[in-house]
Amino acid sequence: MLKLSEINLAVDGQRYLEDVSLELKRGELNILLGPTLSGKTSLMRVMAGLDRPDSGALSFDGESVIGVAVQRRELAMVYQQFINYPSLTVYENIASPLRVAKLAKDEIDARVMQAAALLKLEPYLERKPANLSGGQQQRVALARALVKRASLVLLDEPLANLDYKLREELRAELPTLFAELGAVLVYATTEPSEALVLGGNTACLHEGRVEQFGPTLGLYRDPDTLMAAKLFSDPPLNTVALQRIGNSLRYKETDQALAESTAAPLLALIESAGSDAVELTLGVRGHHVRDSSAQCSPACFSITGRVDVTEITGSESFVHLDFLGQPWVALLDGVHAHASGAEIELTIDPADCFLFDESGARLRKQCERVN
Amino acid sequence: MKVQNNRAWLMVLPMLLIVALSAIIPLMTVVNYSVQDTFGGNEFFWVGTEWFQEILASERFHNALQRTLLFSALILAIEIPLGIAIALAMPRRGMAVSFCLVLMALPLLIPWNVVGTIWQVFGRVDIGLLGHGLASLGIDYNYTQDTLDAWLTLIVMDVWHWTSLVVLLCYSGLVSIPEVYYQAARIDGASRWAVFRFIQLPKIKRVLLIAVLLRFMDSFMIYTEPFVVTGGGPGNSTTFLSIDLVQMAVGQFDLGPAAAMSLIYFLIILLLSWVFYTIMTSLDNDAAASKGGQ
Repeated sequence: MLKLSEINLAVDGQRYLEDVSLELKRGELNILLGPTLSGKTSLMRVMAGLDRPDSGALSFDGESVIGVAVQRRELAMVYQQFINYPSLTVYENIASPLRVAKLAKDEIDARVMQAAALLKLEPYLERKPANLSGGQQQRVALARALVKRASLVLLDEPLANLDYKLREELRAELPTLFAELGAVLVYATTEPSEALVLGGNTACLHEGRVEQFGPTLGLYRDPDTLMAAKLFSDPPLNTVALQRIGNSLRYKETDQALAESTAAPLLALIESAGSDAVELTLGVRGHHVRDSSAQCSPACFSITGRVDVTEITGSESFVHLDFLGQPWVALLDGVHAHASGAEIELTIDPADCFLFDESGARLRKQCERVN
Repeated sequence: MKVQNNRAWLMVLPMLLIVALSAIIPLMTVVNYSVQDTFGGNEFFWVGTEWFQEILASERFHNALQRTLLFSALILAIEIPLGIAIALAMPRRGMAVSFCLVLMALPLLIPWNVVGTIWQVFGRVDIGLLGHGLASLGIDYNYTQDTLDAWLTLIVMDVWHWTSLVVLLCYSGLVSIPEVYYQAARIDGASRWAVFRFIQLPKIKRVLLIAVLLRFMDSFMIYTEPFVVTGGGPGNSTTFLSIDLVQMAVGQFDLGPAAAMSLIYFLIILLLSWVFYTIMTSLDNDAAASKGGQ
């Protein structure tokens, strides 16, 4: 188990990591999710021992590893760029960490062949990396990480530079590839959808802080904070500012009250959470914004937005619109060709909505808070 | 259907004219001279390959060729490793980078004959800082009389003048290696030598090829500096092919043999450059393959 507690890192006065505490178990896939510059790579560098944190503790299987030299840790890392030794063949590339470790020849051969088989590299063992496709080059890098049988495997956006199809293919293989190692597997990505496909646990990172850490699906369905919900939404989380005045909820922008049937479940939620917040943020994911013709409970409310642009993938339509000055995205099933500038009506079920208070903390029913 | 655009030829025309005037016409003039003899005036006689046979058989040519080959070999053997070593030692970030780059570029900005004059004065035993300094230390140094001293002076001068070029080329190759390569090597536990051998050297291979070719061609054609410093002496000990050629063409006005010799000279450079290029690109086949791949 890799345990980080209250790790801080700043370089030249700029904060890279702030009070990061995580417990990552062996045999589990742990995803670091966050946009670029959110601290994923910095965190990985600290985990690897490439950077020494300014403060905080880092231990592996109960032993502190701060100050232990990188090459003495059982560690493997794969990067966004395809990093291989350019003048060595695929075989020698895969064998290189074992040669450094001075393993016996038979052992090296057995391990290289096994890794090559797993990553379907057998036909290319005598080639140089430059003569391989991008996907194959990354497979070589993954094989190098695999043969080492490291107890900590760090994958820093390993699929980001691959084209769509190869990415899907490798993504499906990745968790099983490393599962047998019983290693702590850490995977950094900027894409919420990638995290969801991979499963495991996810830590949402924002500006060097862990917003939330937990099982990936649970975190997606049940974010703790506005930031975690925003980080883990693709298309981006739609938000609108609300104000509670007495027993009514109003849009802050227009001072227009929400219908009583809509406000009731939301107010009940606020009350149940024991919050006395006045300024609230309502968040709803794109696929929960529905076409007005869709069937919906009586509590549902409609919004009217001006269409900015519509992207149609065939099975879905991403309708980008302006709602009370906020950019919203509605992810509708099927083809909806809305003209730019048109006013359209959409329906939302308050049960699908998240409510956040001024500090960005999510309001939950008391009984939900147990987990 | 393929559309023929005849205006394209018009665009190529200026380039063709420049190449014709600067290369093809002079080269053809030399070819013309190399197969004829003249007794002055404007009368020429066809002699066929006679001049070529004479040059290839002459001891004077062989000696000059050997001197030039030795000079180039020494220059490459010193400047390439030294250039790589300095490039590896140069800082990668901060203010020091610009300082080092300017310092490195300085010798390259000095004209050849000025470099020659500087070293000619610098090495003089009576007034030169180097020559006089060595003499006062009791070291017997005189490049006008001693062959070894003359060679040492020319080699040190060339190293001083041109190692910077190798440094700058290698440095540009080194800084383009992404940081993650070093990080990956560190995680693998690779030694400093392994990092150089398996990451840095393969990554700078292509600029190194350019450095080797440029330094070979330049040193093989060196003229101005030995002309200024030693004038080819003492004796004939620093008479390289270029100096020999000028003596033959301008000094003795043997236009035919000189033309034949310059063609042979040109072909040797072409041949050796091709050999270097072929060896260095085939040492490792990814230079050719990655041209298409990356």
